[in-house]
Amino acid sequence: MTINKQLNGTALTVALEGRLDTTTAPKLEEELKASLPGLTKLTFDLSKLEYISSAGLRVLLGAHKTMMKQGEMVVTNANEIVKEVFEVTGFSDILNIE
Amino acid sequence: MTELTLAATTENIGAVTAFVDEELEKLDCPIKAQMQIDVAIDELFSNIAFYAYENGGDATVGFDFADGVVTLVFTDSGKPYDPTKKVDPDTTLSAEEREIGGLGIFLVKKTMDSIDYRYDGGKNILTIKKTI
Repeated sequence: MTINKQLNGTALTVALEGRLDTTTAPKLEEELKASLPGLTKLTFDLSKLEYISSAGLRVLLGAHKTMMKQGEMVVTNANEIVKEVFEVTGFSDILNIE
Repeated sequence: MTELTLAATTENIGAVTAFVDEELEKLDCPIKAQMQIDVAIDELFSNIAFYAYENGGDATVGFDFADGVVTLVFTDSGKPYDPTKKVDPDTTLSAEEREIGGLGIFLVKKTMDSIDYRYDGGKNILTIKKTI
């Protein structure tokens, strides 16, 4: 998985490319741990994310909980497969999905 | 049935996925079904890697296709564990209340046609089926 970050003031966009699963989720978690302090807006661009497993959901939930305290988090451009995972797991009710 | 046996580690999830994807591509499997199967592999093989053995061990993944249905069989010789007995998570809870445990197996139940567990000859045998 490739992680591309773009910071604009205190707004960060994280574009994910590939697969967010057991193998790649720890890498994203590490990146976010370093990036989240001080952010007021976190946007995930999932246009190039092929799929997400529960390991990836766990990282998104952790980021969402952190951002709830300091700003907002938005998830954009998820494909049909990723959207279905959000819906089946109830994450579509938790995350702000655009 | 085509089989792949390898050490049950998270590092090997990619090898299992590549093995199954190669079979699915021969069948012109629709991309959505392939991605759902790949997610199921991630959930089930990681479970084995994390929990089956105290000091490491092997797992076997078998692939079969008949009458439009893909069958995957995950076998390990670790401690007996039936993931299908795992209680489904409450998907209506808020972010603060949500727990991630059980979400993976729940996802597999929701996206595959069936998931069946049996313990036989000292082995955990988990079978999933998916119509493609």
